[in-house]
Amino acid sequence: MAEDGLSYKVVVIGGSAGSLELVLKITQAFPLNSGAIFIAVVHRKSDADSILASLLASRTLLPVREVEDKETIQPNTVYLAPPDYHLLVEDRLCFSLDRSEKIHYSRPSIDVTFESVAHTFGAATIAVLLSGANADGAEGMLSIKQAGGITLVQDPSTAEVAYMPQQAIRQEAASHIIAADELPGYIRNMLEAV
Amino acid sequence: MVKEDELELLLQTLYQLYGYDFTNYAKASLKRRVNRLLVIDRFPSFAELFYQVKNDPDYLSHVVQQLTVNVTEMFRDPLLFKAIREQVLPILATHPVIRIWHAGCSTGEEVYSMAILLQEANLLHKSLLYATDINPLVIENIRRGIFPVSQMQQYSENYHASGGREEFSKYYTVKYDLVKFDESLKSKMIVATHNLVADRSFNEFQLILCRNVLIYFDRDLQEKVLNLFDQSLEKLGFLVLGSKENPRFTDFSKTYTQLTNNQKIWRKMG
Repeated sequence: MAEDGLSYKVVVIGGSAGSLELVLKITQAFPLNSGAIFIAVVHRKSDADSILASLLASRTLLPVREVEDKETIQPNTVYLAPPDYHLLVEDRLCFSLDRSEKIHYSRPSIDVTFESVAHTFGAATIAVLLSGANADGAEGMLSIKQAGGITLVQDPSTAEVAYMPQQAIRQEAASHIIAADELPGYIRNMLEAV
Repeated sequence: MVKEDELELLLQTLYQLYGYDFTNYAKASLKRRVNRLLVIDRFPSFAELFYQVKNDPDYLSHVVQQLTVNVTEMFRDPLLFKAIREQVLPILATHPVIRIWHAGCSTGEEVYSMAILLQEANLLHKSLLYATDINPLVIENIRRGIFPVSQMQQYSENYHASGGREEFSKYYTVKYDLVKFDESLKSKMIVATHNLVADRSFNEFQLILCRNVLIYFDRDLQEKVLNLFDQSLEKLGFLVLGSKENPRFTDFSKTYTQLTNNQKIWRKMG
């Protein structure tokens, strides 16, 4: 059981350029009955349709949802931030969306979701930051670490684009730095150990 | 980062002193807006912001503008506009007068987009476009019809993706880094402040657009505003929401049918 009394984990993943393949592999490794909530924020073109949601759904038996406004948060479900919206958690039971200014040239912004998750789920959070050419995510990782959550950063030497994980490491936002190959199994083990 | 009790204090004060009720806004987003205000106006802490709000009534309109999100585009979500062009306007064309309400329209990009659609369908002359927003500052921009030239390439792409066949630049004239849209486009616009939280229905419409406004409200306020739209919509009228918004209120699914496409357009059947 987590320090703040939550009996489940929230796994939140941020990825940008060069992260897609690893996002899919991590999704494939999610256990089916951990009770965890999975949230993915992946930078993509704003006019993209829901291809990413179908790609994720092809890798897991868990239900995959591209989040709609005020959607109820349920365990054992994979949620995806929709294109051109910031994804926030309103409280432990409800998402909300926001179409305000881009952050780090990005909407959805990883920082926005990470900070919101840190505030609501605190120590129950496992955050994962992957490949990218952008500084988005580093501050959010720090918020999650400060809130008592665990932050996993992809080893930059194993990332297609090293900049994003490097920024998080530079800001001392990483609890652990893990090679791309090992991340899916690492996350799975953390969830099975709950 | 502003704390829960500070946010509540600010909201109570805005309501009691000025009558602006943000208490049913979605908190996660609103908190970010307050934090953003602290940063852009360089307040060292919440206390200084609070002092200014309490003691400087002239600062209020700026606060209202910054707490609400005023990010908008012309022909944003082009496929929605394509659906309006192809599936909604032909039906509206049968009415002697077409009344359209853009609720929470911010700086008016969407209203100008609609005016262009209507003009191309040869319907603008018999249409009235009611453009309302809570912010007195942003709606001034609708009256001016002036937008940054830097956006025009994106808007032109959106316009063509929505089924537009003209040169987009024929609708405006460029002056330095701004463009001014044709006077004819705004000839049928009626611009006013209207607060969806507090103000009532003021007319009946055949088409109401309210996109990416409800996302900033909690579920209770969403239901209240959807009821306001229901009261303001004629039978067989159309309601258009944002691409990730869903109308949830009692009996909605009994009275409204979503058009058979992937767009958030509903028709009031009952």
